[in-house]
Amino acid sequence: MTAALTVVADPGALAAQPQAKNLWRRLPVKAKVGAVVLGLFILAGVIGPFFAPYDPSYQSPSIALSMHPPDAAHWLGTTQSGQDVFSQLLTGIRLTLGLALVVGVIATGLSVIVGVTAAFLGGIWDDFLSLASNVFLVIPQVPLLILLLGYLPQRGQGPTAIVLAALGWPWGARVIRAQTLAIRNRDFIGASRETGEKTWRIIAYEIVPNEISLIAASFVNTVLYAIGASVALAFIGLADVSSWSLGTMLYWAESQQALQLGAWWWFVPPGLAVAFMGTALVLLNTGIDELGNPRLRDAAGTARVGGRRLRPADPTPVLQAVPERRSPLAAFVHSFSRASFYERDGNVPASAGPRPARPGALRPNGRQR
Amino acid sequence: MAYILRRLAFYAFAGWVAVTLNFFIPRAMPGNAVEAIMAKFPSLQPSAYHALEAMLGVGHPGSIWHQYWSYLYDISHLNFGISLSEFPAKVSTLLGETLPWTLVLVGTATVIAFVLGTGLGIIAGWRHGGWFDRSLPGLMFFQAIPYFFLALVLIDLLALQVHVFPTGQGYGEGQIPGWNWDFIRSAVDHSILPAFTIVITSMAGWMLQMRNVMITTIGEDYVVAAQAKGLSSRRVVFTYAARNALLPQLQGFGLALGFVVTGAIVMEIVFSYPGIGQLLLTAVTSDDYPLMQAIFLLITVAVLLANLLVDLAMVAFDPRVRTRGAF
Repeated sequence: MTAALTVVADPGALAAQPQAKNLWRRLPVKAKVGAVVLGLFILAGVIGPFFAPYDPSYQSPSIALSMHPPDAAHWLGTTQSGQDVFSQLLTGIRLTLGLALVVGVIATGLSVIVGVTAAFLGGIWDDFLSLASNVFLVIPQVPLLILLLGYLPQRGQGPTAIVLAALGWPWGARVIRAQTLAIRNRDFIGASRETGEKTWRIIAYEIVPNEISLIAASFVNTVLYAIGASVALAFIGLADVSSWSLGTMLYWAESQQALQLGAWWWFVPPGLAVAFMGTALVLLNTGIDELGNPRLRDAAGTARVGGRRLRPADPTPVLQAVPERRSPLAAFVHSFSRASFYERDGNVPASAGPRPARPGALRPNGRQR
Repeated sequence: MAYILRRLAFYAFAGWVAVTLNFFIPRAMPGNAVEAIMAKFPSLQPSAYHALEAMLGVGHPGSIWHQYWSYLYDISHLNFGISLSEFPAKVSTLLGETLPWTLVLVGTATVIAFVLGTGLGIIAGWRHGGWFDRSLPGLMFFQAIPYFFLALVLIDLLALQVHVFPTGQGYGEGQIPGWNWDFIRSAVDHSILPAFTIVITSMAGWMLQMRNVMITTIGEDYVVAAQAKGLSSRRVVFTYAARNALLPQLQGFGLALGFVVTGAIVMEIVFSYPGIGQLLLTAVTSDDYPLMQAIFLLITVAVLLANLLVDLAMVAFDPRVRTRGAF
């Protein structure tokens, strides 16, 4: 509170430092959990392969090590050809997450470009770009991806990333276009145009920074889509199946009958890794949503007035009705006052106003009293 | 009415884009598709070259426009060429055999998941902060699971460890497809686990979305006004809040449908279900391009039609749509 009152010559210096700290504190718990889990996966992807105990492709000649359940030497057991599942998992996380992040960056960049361009140019350009994003939004992407990848002469990370990014932008573009249209008519944009700012400068320094949370949400969504699509594509064999990603691990597990042979340690770890990565991203996204829309926040964080939790549909609480907190001495003195007489009787003094009226019909949880 | 016509025009346009992409993708890709196929299938006679050209539409005499028009003509007559993997079966015959399986399974399961998810989302949103609402982050886990992975786990648990359900296939060993009681019972028995997979994974998404829209809607003045009038809770929830919250939900349903359908189709592979998914796997593993293209078109048309239905539902639910055309 006091910080807001101190006079600092450079307002930027005042805002910069505490803001980063505040952002983390303001972040809902869900977003924090998501960020931490995702961070762990990124860490595993970056340093994991260096700590992998074995070469993921090394096929052990020993028959005893074929389909070996997890033990101390092989934490997640081995595959049919004696490969170490744990090493494959560490390598796979790097490949899958890396691909998804690259796709996320490219596709989000495309959606910002398309969305902002459509909103700024307007007219026929806007019509054309909106139509294009709406069309690619309704055409199911995975079958189109299958078609594109099926016709490509070589399959690998590069082509998959390009094709995924080329089809991953429409949703973000639509949302960002709508937001840009809303911001464009604000006064501060008009002001910077009046002062002679160039259009690209307005876009880069006024528009885009105001859409950061939207862009972040769109990025998280795109990464989620890229993980799901790339794993599904690899699972049906549309990837370089000699490299180790989470999808190709599942592909080999399925094609070498891991299920029928009861080798759960072979297909469960990559699937769970995908699921946890996805959960982390969904949590992160929900958190970002809640940051922008306070109504969605967990009820645990909502205001309590007079020991009662406020629900979104409740009428504005009448604060005077909350009994004041008094020190023991003050309470003793108060007990002689005129007001305390009414309180004891269950009547509220006229000056304090009525207690908040909460008839049954107003309780949104439907419980009648 | 104008709204419906506009949407119809839009879907027709989207369908045309899909068909055109389908036509140009083989031509834009590096290399000659016919040569590639000939190289991949050494058993093909050299005389098959022209047949392949005709099938892929690359060797047609005349300009690319001429090819394009003859391609459009073929598509409009449901002539998708001849399958390479099931030579000499027609692609349209293969699709006709597998489509009903997928349509019944994925269609029913998706509708169940949507209705169930929306209903539970209404409850979670209305009792915002209640125990049910607070258990939602757990559901996000199911939302993030790939369909086919959950299928693997369910088969392992419920079909292999505990023999409750069959492990796969569309019907029992030795059954002959037909409209008799034994066969239908067997088919239903075999479809429970795949349907369950779709419901579990897609329900969470609908639920979370409905809950969020519900919470936002409950804060609207007209909901408070309805409560203040002393209307019963049920009436406020369903007629005032849920009905309005349903509109964004329906729109989301149309857009998410592509993902659900393709996810479900990939899941079919795990169950060896005799639907489109199995056909798609065959097409991909054996580079059966005509089949791949036809499946892409089929799924696209199905999703576009479903979107049209969603739009019709929007007209029924939202009077504003009838007067103001939304894109």
